[in-house]
Amino acid sequence: MSSTTESQIPLTPEQIQSFGEELDAIRQRVLADRGERDANYIRKVIRAQRGLEVAGRGLLWAGVFPPAWVAGTAALSLSKILDNMEIGHNVMHGQYDWMNDPALSGKQFEWDNACPADQWRHSHNYMHHTHTNIVGKDRDIGYGVLRMSEDQDWRPYYLANPVYATLLALFFQYGVALHDLEVERLRTGETKLADKRKLIAGIWKKVRRQTLKDYVIFPALSGPFFLFPLAGNATANLVRNVWSFTIIFCGHFPEGTHEFTEEETEDESRGEWYYRQLLGSANLSGSRPFHILSGNLSFQIEHHLFPDLPANRYAEISTEVREICERYGIPYNVGPLGKQFGSVVKKICRLALPDRKPRVDNPPAVAEQSGEQERVPVAV
Amino acid sequence: MSPTTAIAAPSRRRGIPARGLFEAIAGPHGIDRYLEQINPTLVLGECRAEVTAVEHGSEDSVTLALRANRAWNGLRAGQFVQVSVEIDGVRHNRCYSPASVEGRGRELEITVKRHPEGLVSNFLADHAQPGMVLGLSEADGDFHLPATRPGSVLLIGGGSGITPLMAILRTLCAEEYPGKIALLQYAPDPSRTIYREELERLEAENPNFTLSRSYTRAPGAGELDGHFSPTHLPQNDPCFTSAETFACGPPALLDAVRGTWANGLEQRLHVESFVPPALFPVGEPGTGSIRFAGSDLEVENSGASILEQAEQAGVPAQSGCRMGICHTCTCRKLSGSVKNLLTDEVSAAPDEEIQLCVSAPLSDLVIDL
Repeated sequence: MSSTTESQIPLTPEQIQSFGEELDAIRQRVLADRGERDANYIRKVIRAQRGLEVAGRGLLWAGVFPPAWVAGTAALSLSKILDNMEIGHNVMHGQYDWMNDPALSGKQFEWDNACPADQWRHSHNYMHHTHTNIVGKDRDIGYGVLRMSEDQDWRPYYLANPVYATLLALFFQYGVALHDLEVERLRTGETKLADKRKLIAGIWKKVRRQTLKDYVIFPALSGPFFLFPLAGNATANLVRNVWSFTIIFCGHFPEGTHEFTEEETEDESRGEWYYRQLLGSANLSGSRPFHILSGNLSFQIEHHLFPDLPANRYAEISTEVREICERYGIPYNVGPLGKQFGSVVKKICRLALPDRKPRVDNPPAVAEQSGEQERVPVAV
Repeated sequence: MSPTTAIAAPSRRRGIPARGLFEAIAGPHGIDRYLEQINPTLVLGECRAEVTAVEHGSEDSVTLALRANRAWNGLRAGQFVQVSVEIDGVRHNRCYSPASVEGRGRELEITVKRHPEGLVSNFLADHAQPGMVLGLSEADGDFHLPATRPGSVLLIGGGSGITPLMAILRTLCAEEYPGKIALLQYAPDPSRTIYREELERLEAENPNFTLSRSYTRAPGAGELDGHFSPTHLPQNDPCFTSAETFACGPPALLDAVRGTWANGLEQRLHVESFVPPALFPVGEPGTGSIRFAGSDLEVENSGASILEQAEQAGVPAQSGCRMGICHTCTCRKLSGSVKNLLTDEVSAAPDEEIQLCVSAPLSDLVIDL
């Protein structure tokens, strides 16, 4: 561990060790307790998703009738949200691998999204979850197009930060699909397009299939009324895009979440890894249906501590995690959607402009370089 | 890929345009993931079977009548199938040799013998009921009646090893096979003898069939006594030197049988080992060897994580976080036991997915990599 990190973490090495052990104990307990309840839960969600999808497609087939179009679009939107969030995202984390059911195997699952599942597993499960909020390593910070942290140097390009964010929200599934391409590294010449041929072929294959299904085959089945399912499918994809963008950006970018440098996270212990996951994530408060539609990413903190525990367990363990945080004096960032997303929007706009405070070269700690008062100071 | 997608391509090649269209609109999950919501046996690309009857044949066994779905291609008398059952959310696979008559379409029958600590056998014995749906595989194995029936048949079975022999016997009786058939059955005592009544009935109805039983824990109760010995073999037709012989049972029985069939008779002997689905032994860390089945490589176990050992051996293993969270390195363990270094959890059953970066071998290991 570098001395920089030591100065930043307000816990003694013994405390960080016992903090990690307490979290490990929660994980162990849930792992040992997984069973029929979790299997029934995910199958129930899948059943609901398949039902909504079939109903949505059926109603949109007759979408020339306005009530059918509205109901069909709503059902298909919900179906795509469930498919991507509570089912796809969580199953692909390997949360249900223990069931030994090929249909729920994290390595085999494919989702109703433009991003090929295998690329998602790499960019999300590995890159994002291992290197959470480490600027320069976690490419979810801004997805290579936005400035989401003061640690990203300002350039005039970022003046349009809110515009890029809006476009990313509208076309989020394509943003996610292009994620592993590392467009910004292509631009800087760090990587070459030729090295990405296999990746591009994978994306093209998946995008083509998704496009064919949503924008050619299903509309064609409605014959002369093809415009109605076409518009319904486009709307459902749009609704899912904006929803998942909102939930995901509320997970790591509301005020109070922290970013880290590569140096300060070198040789992390397990306790320190947990600590970083906690400070880098934020929860959303809300009702049970809201949590399900967010894929339980409203429990982003618990998800980042235990990415492969079945997501239906996050709500239960959140009270314990919160209690542990209180005991160790570690901030636990939670708020309603409106407040959290409001602060994300504010950050997107603020970071479009150069920092008000001049940057200090090689800052010793993340907390000190931010001029924000609402940030919880983590340095001792 | 899922079995559904795997079969989609050949059927398109066979020129069923509707199927291709259905797969395109049912993508990415595949048509089966929708059909199974109506009824789990409706799936097209996966064998599944519904339990149609449950009979508690002897005090420690249960016989299940199954009806396979249309995906299943039937079996030859003596072959085995893999049956999957979900217990507390976890799918377990076990091999059973159906005792059903060959050529009866999609009907099959399996007999499950309780093992004292057998998770699946006890679950099925206690909970199987009509309507329950089980996973099924296509029939497999070389232990079956040849298509051209032999002149005479000798069957030797121990314990639940009787089931594939029952399939052969029933098939031969059903097709009014003209040759001689003899069955030597080894069981602990009459109350724990599978198919006792049916075998006696078949012997009464079929003059070409002779039944001889030995009860190893109830001397005098059967026609023979003690464990298998060459003296148990019929003196005349079906003589063991000329009959096609099928032997199935525990390893000790098969060893004794193999000893008798030495000296050029081996080609007439077909054996299948029937052992309880024992867990793999748990040994000391750092002992044994790891075989990477896909790469056809074997290395001595160094005690390090399987991922590190795979990389050292030059096996193309995918990896990511190396701390057990991202599941990039998850791989199927075909046999052997491993310990999860994070949780100390031991995986000792065959065919389980493990995370290579946080698993270390506890025995000889075969990894699907």
